Amino acid sequence: MHELSIAISIVDIASRQAEAASAMSVSRVELDIGTMSGIEYESLKFALSVAVKDSILEGTEFRINRVEPLCECLSCTHLFIPNGLFGQCPECGEKNTSLIRGKELQIKSLLVEQKE
Amino acid sequence: MCDTCGCGQEGNPVKISRPGETDHHHDHPHDHDHDHSHDHDHTHDHTHGHHHDHDDHVHGTTQRLIKLEEDILGKNNLLASRNSGYFEAKGIVALNLMSSPGSGKTTLLERTIQALEGKRKVAVIEGDQQTLNDAERIDRTGAPVVQVNTGNGCHLDAEMIRQALKTLEPEEGSILFIENVGNLVCPSLFELGERNRIVIISVTEGEDKPVKYPTMFQHADVCIINKTDLLPYVDFDVTKAISYAQSVNPALTFMELSAKTGEGVEDWIQWILDLQ
Repeated sequence: MHELSIAISIVDIASRQAEAASAMSVSRVELDIGTMSGIEYESLKFALSVAVKDSILEGTEFRINRVEPLCECLSCTHLFIPNGLFGQCPECGEKNTSLIRGKELQIKSLLVEQKE
Repeated sequence: MCDTCGCGQEGNPVKISRPGETDHHHDHPHDHDHDHSHDHDHTHDHTHGHHHDHDDHVHGTTQRLIKLEEDILGKNNLLASRNSGYFEAKGIVALNLMSSPGSGKTTLLERTIQALEGKRKVAVIEGDQQTLNDAERIDRTGAPVVQVNTGNGCHLDAEMIRQALKTLEPEEGSILFIENVGNLVCPSLFELGERNRIVIISVTEGEDKPVKYPTMFQHADVCIINKTDLLPYVDFDVTKAISYAQSVNPALTFMELSAKTGEGVEDWIQWILDLQ
């Protein structure tokens, strides 16, 4: 359900940027969304299709990059891709690990059309 | 349209009220600056632009890539930092209480307020989609309270807290309890400026809640297992629940208690009193 909030924030931030650039339209918005960010990708896509209504982003392509998780072991500093949702260090068995990638919720870029 | 939480359409605005002032409608308090959303003439230009011939199109416009790398939750996080600065300046400790609906947050708060009487000043922000029921319960304990009704919103956000604080005006040095909307998913993404996050599960729920809703448990500092008085009657395995939660967040502190009977509540109270 919070995907709609996120989608509305995306549309708001991107619209503001497009306006600041005096864009006529926005052909693409690129997003980095981590698989550990708490976002359902399909829900987000659906929410975006609703959130763009009556904005400059109607018809815009949303390119969603799935950012896969990466963990660092807080005991032996080993870097590893967590198995499933929870990271236990495969080297030393430590449970206390830090997720250094995979929580991204970011607008990476906008491709806009401007008057020459 | 609200750009932060997706709630609060015109028909269902966010309301902030004290018990006893049910009909006092405030304006949508997180009506963030989005004047531009009503001003999209160019959208229509764009729609009709397909009638232009292609040569015009190619020569008339140019594509530009704007690199942003902007955090989607940046605005909420910024407001949360402001709240946090306000709390620090006034020596207020804010605690964000989150759980599924019905896990006993309000009962725990009633018990906690009683136990803290004479020891610490307390104030409460109640979050629910509708009704003043919880604020009225807290009001009967004598603690200052405001209710935030989120309308359709599934969580509290930093702007709602900022607005609620203006009405509540908590005293310096108080403990501010923020009872989030009952929901084990959405509130975890929205920082409010709190010192600590407390997630509550009750033994009438499944012990695998922490692995079913890991984000909530990953972001919490304390996990309270409530309704322990019902343990003889349910299949809930406390050890299993704790081990599930630890697999998600090894740093979690656990407290087992019954807000109804008061059993185990003293550890929770001591934990609060130790907060500075």
